[in-house]
Amino acid sequence: MSVTTLSSPVLPQRQPNWLVRLFDYKPFLIAMCLAPAIGLLAVFLTYPLGLGIWLAFTDTTIGQKGIFVGLDNFQYLLSDPLWWGAVSYSVIYTGIATFGKFALGFWLALLLNNHFPFKSLLRAIILLPWIVPTVLSALAFWWIYDPQFSIISYLLVDVLHWKSSNIDFLGSPWPARFSLIAANIWRGIPFVAISLLAGLQTISPSLYEAAMLDGASSWQRFRYITFPMMMPILAIVMTFSIIFTFTDFQLVYAITRGGPGNSTHLLATLAFQRGIAGGELGEGAAIAVSMIPFLVFATLFSYFGLARRKWQQGEAND
Amino acid sequence: MAWDSGLRRLMMIYLPLGCFVLILLFPFYWMAITSFKPNAELMNYREHNPFWISSPTLAHIKHLLFETAYPRWLWTTMLVAIGATTLSLVASTLAAYAIERLRFRGSPYVGLGIYLAYLVPPSILFIPLATVVVQFGLFDSPLALILVYPTFLVPFCTWLLIGYFKSIPYELEECALVDGATRLQILRRITLPLAVPGLISAGIFSFTLSWNEFIYALAFIQSGANKTVPVAILTELVTGDVYQWGALMAGSLLGSLPVAIFYSLFVDYYVSSLTGAVKE
Repeated sequence: MSVTTLSSPVLPQRQPNWLVRLFDYKPFLIAMCLAPAIGLLAVFLTYPLGLGIWLAFTDTTIGQKGIFVGLDNFQYLLSDPLWWGAVSYSVIYTGIATFGKFALGFWLALLLNNHFPFKSLLRAIILLPWIVPTVLSALAFWWIYDPQFSIISYLLVDVLHWKSSNIDFLGSPWPARFSLIAANIWRGIPFVAISLLAGLQTISPSLYEAAMLDGASSWQRFRYITFPMMMPILAIVMTFSIIFTFTDFQLVYAITRGGPGNSTHLLATLAFQRGIAGGELGEGAAIAVSMIPFLVFATLFSYFGLARRKWQQGEAND
Repeated sequence: MAWDSGLRRLMMIYLPLGCFVLILLFPFYWMAITSFKPNAELMNYREHNPFWISSPTLAHIKHLLFETAYPRWLWTTMLVAIGATTLSLVASTLAAYAIERLRFRGSPYVGLGIYLAYLVPPSILFIPLATVVVQFGLFDSPLALILVYPTFLVPFCTWLLIGYFKSIPYELEECALVDGATRLQILRRITLPLAVPGLISAGIFSFTLSWNEFIYALAFIQSGANKTVPVAILTELVTGDVYQWGALMAGSLLGSLPVAIFYSLFVDYYVSSLTGAVKE
């Protein structure tokens, strides 16, 4: 990121003409316009990012300045089963949740792309899970997953008689992991659906008409027109989704806090537990920094993996 | 034939759509219904139908408003959201104007840099930011949140506003320049008024994102009174082993309402700018 530092000279006396002329001087105006945004980002984003990487190489604790310890923190993490657990759950969480969100979101987008009454109202309602603060909807899920009074258990046991006993959603590792993934998919569907719907609406109907004339089935129209045409937008939305799912914090912290038995820690919640709650700033920072390679890899993979297809399509855009 | 295609439409479109709506909205229904259920009904599925309330009560909401610091948390959250939104709108409007309208060498790179800042997730930044906040003496102060939230709001709003500024014809500004208007006058009298829809959507997005924010508020705020709603509900209302689900759900419901109301007022801007931003 390019940082334009500028020392805005203290403006002498009030001379309207002079001031106005100064603001009409383009380089000065540009600098003044960019100063607030770049200043905020430099102080609260770029600097902390650098500081975080530095902290990861120190043994800083809360209230105590650390010294440089080289790769010690990372070596320790590599021998820490909790870190490996968090890495594998983060990957599983991101993988399954992204797949679920995109499969269901794409389906919902295709459904919404049809014509029916109250369409815009429906679109507005469907975005709700995405608008409402995650922690607050996570609390609703926590209650839905209650071991004794879960409404899902009630339905399965007392109404449908499919199961004989209540499901212990959050009490053991794998059910807890999948319960969290389900909540994450629920929250992610609206955003994916609305974004993909925007993409669907840019596809020219003439393409479908031409395909219909050639006798393409509805599956073929999806496979050879809709899907390839959606690749560029899928690449962007998926990149965003992967980054924010992998670094998710709220949902896990609100519902399980990493439990039971540390089985649902994501890297972000583990970093919080070590860094802020445990006071080991250096180690927490190292865990946070260890997310970066995964993020870079996932970004490159999703972006270029999907965008390359777009390039292969060549001049398919009409 | 017509009946057949009608049935097909029902099975292929309306039925799945209905399931989606049901599943997407159910947690809110459950949240709302729990908020008004007396405790006796809450824990007794044998004698009461869990999907309905036999004798609704306002006890949970009363408890929340009069026996906890909930109003205070709402107020703090509102203050933080409004402060962060104002700051971000000013900063990103100016930045977007400079990048899109004042065109200079390197403006695409500045734009790209600001956009990339959006891709830095808060969960990587919160530990070093906590030390920065302590250094500035802002620990436990809502001001810290107002200053920190723009790190994810400014990139988003700038990106959104660049798109809006792009849609305003250059000729308007050129005419004004020829007529002898200064650049600041042009910004204030011509460009900004035309960009109002963009400003509104950037404002809604900022407000909802600030209201939603969790990890920074959790890490930087210590004292119960200064917490924001999402953090306070989780850390102050969840006490002991017996969860007060009624009060918790009432807190979640009340905490969601401001965003939901705000959103419903401007829903068209919201949806169109969301789709517009993705189309870019």
